[in-house]
Amino acid sequence: MSTDVRIPQELGVTKHATPQGVKLPIYMDNHATTRMDPRVLEEMLPYFMEKFGNSASRNHSFGWAAEEGVETARERIAKLIGATAKEIIFTSGATESDNLAIKGVAEMYREKGNHIITAVTEHKAVLDTCKRLEKYGYRVTYLPVQKDGLIDLDDLKRAMDDKTILVTIMAANNEIGVLQPIAEIGKLCHERGVIFHTDAVQAIGKVPIDVIKQNIDLASITGHKIYGPKGVGALYVRRKNPRVQISPGIDGGGHERGMRSGTLNVPGIVGLGKACAIASEEMTREAVQLGGLRDRLRDRIMSRLDETYINGSMEHRLPGNLNISFAYVEGESLLMGINDIAVSSGSACTSATLEPSYVLKALGTGDDLAHSSIRFGIGRFNTAAEVDYVADRVIETVERLRELSPLYEMAKEGINLKDVKWAGE
Amino acid sequence: MSYSDKVIDHYNNPRNVGSMDKSSADVGTGLVGAPECGDVMKLQIKVNRETNVIEEAKFKTFGCGSAIASSSLATEWVKGKTVDEALTIKNMDIVKELSLPPVKIHCSVLAEDAIRAAIGDWKKKQESAKPVTSAVAQ
Repeated sequence: MSTDVRIPQELGVTKHATPQGVKLPIYMDNHATTRMDPRVLEEMLPYFMEKFGNSASRNHSFGWAAEEGVETARERIAKLIGATAKEIIFTSGATESDNLAIKGVAEMYREKGNHIITAVTEHKAVLDTCKRLEKYGYRVTYLPVQKDGLIDLDDLKRAMDDKTILVTIMAANNEIGVLQPIAEIGKLCHERGVIFHTDAVQAIGKVPIDVIKQNIDLASITGHKIYGPKGVGALYVRRKNPRVQISPGIDGGGHERGMRSGTLNVPGIVGLGKACAIASEEMTREAVQLGGLRDRLRDRIMSRLDETYINGSMEHRLPGNLNISFAYVEGESLLMGINDIAVSSGSACTSATLEPSYVLKALGTGDDLAHSSIRFGIGRFNTAAEVDYVADRVIETVERLRELSPLYEMAKEGINLKDVKWAGE
Repeated sequence: MSYSDKVIDHYNNPRNVGSMDKSSADVGTGLVGAPECGDVMKLQIKVNRETNVIEEAKFKTFGCGSAIASSSLATEWVKGKTVDEALTIKNMDIVKELSLPPVKIHCSVLAEDAIRAAIGDWKKKQESAKPVTSAVAQ
């Protein structure tokens, strides 16, 4: 006796009918990187061939033209986050900005204390930097997060002591889009004279960031998450109330007020500036649009598939982010079935380490559901037609893979998968 | 990660998907892996009592494309073989056939484990059935 499952052959990728107005492949992985906005590229182009000067050349027009481009960019970035131009230091990207902020504070304030507080869901650029500092004798507290992905402010208060010099907590998470209460964190830090750094890479240009209102001392920024170029970033360094000092990570010609030596990436900086200028103008409207598309995607998928779970708070979340676990389906196999759509998975199989997402594990999501997670990153260039197509492809692929899944079959038979003694455990 | 054409073919057109009655005396069931590890394979064989030939094989797999392909291929290979012949299938044969990269070798190991577990289950059933048969004969 056997029951055969018919696997529909027409689900093959190339044979699938594409609805009007949808061009494949679809890019919906905007937390990884974004397509450059054509307005950004246009602004950058003159700085490759015509205005190619070194912005540090003070005595000829080539240098002045480059410097003018850089200073305009500095003002535009500052404006987006409520800072002043002099508080913006250019770097090669967010990883460098995170390293410069954390190591720079650690070294500069070593006499004052050796304790740093961060959270378990931070980006590796922060976590691995903290881990290195532990080797040099610093003490690091890794705060847990609650089920919704937010840190508990009472945990933070309890973790602070008279040796705490730095708190580094991201503004928005790169996997689950969860927004931390940075204004409250900043307030707690300032009350205690502790420096507050935030990795704001995913948040800048998507949700309002105001370094004054939110009591931020240091903020990491990158170009390529906001429709600007890769390989360029910035670090906001507060100049007053309090004045924050950092030791340089790179020594040399004393560029960027000695905090970051090296000839400036002028075209990249101009692009980053333009990306920030566009965000200043359009962020409010765009957030409504992206939030609408995200909710459309969620509703369409979840109304037709049972046992799907959203990872992280829906309330405190980036408008373009959706992270869903599809029970009984392994993430990489799902990606393989929707391979004309670019999204990401928290599955171990998609990582080099064979470990599922540490962010999802920190939420208390079981390893099984972490393996089943997909991150959708909706961005400026996605359309409603694309969202509908993505939702439909996800639904049919999950249904197909569930028919292939022994776990789904067992669950349907009423077996509690948690009670099974698995051979591989 | 890019997949070999054979992995993609098995993923798009998996062979022998399904389930057989695991309480049947002729059916051996192997369930290997764990949800926490991201891979679970269920492989079932139906064996001819007279010839010990595996006449039917079915699988269901929770796992990546390479895991699905490895188990799909395993069902193809065991079909028509005797139980002892099926036990000679090695994971590296699967790796070779599907051109699996090093990071996916564990998928082939799991498929070999699934074959062995299914055959083990079938053998256990045959052994526990024997005393009953002799009791009847007396």
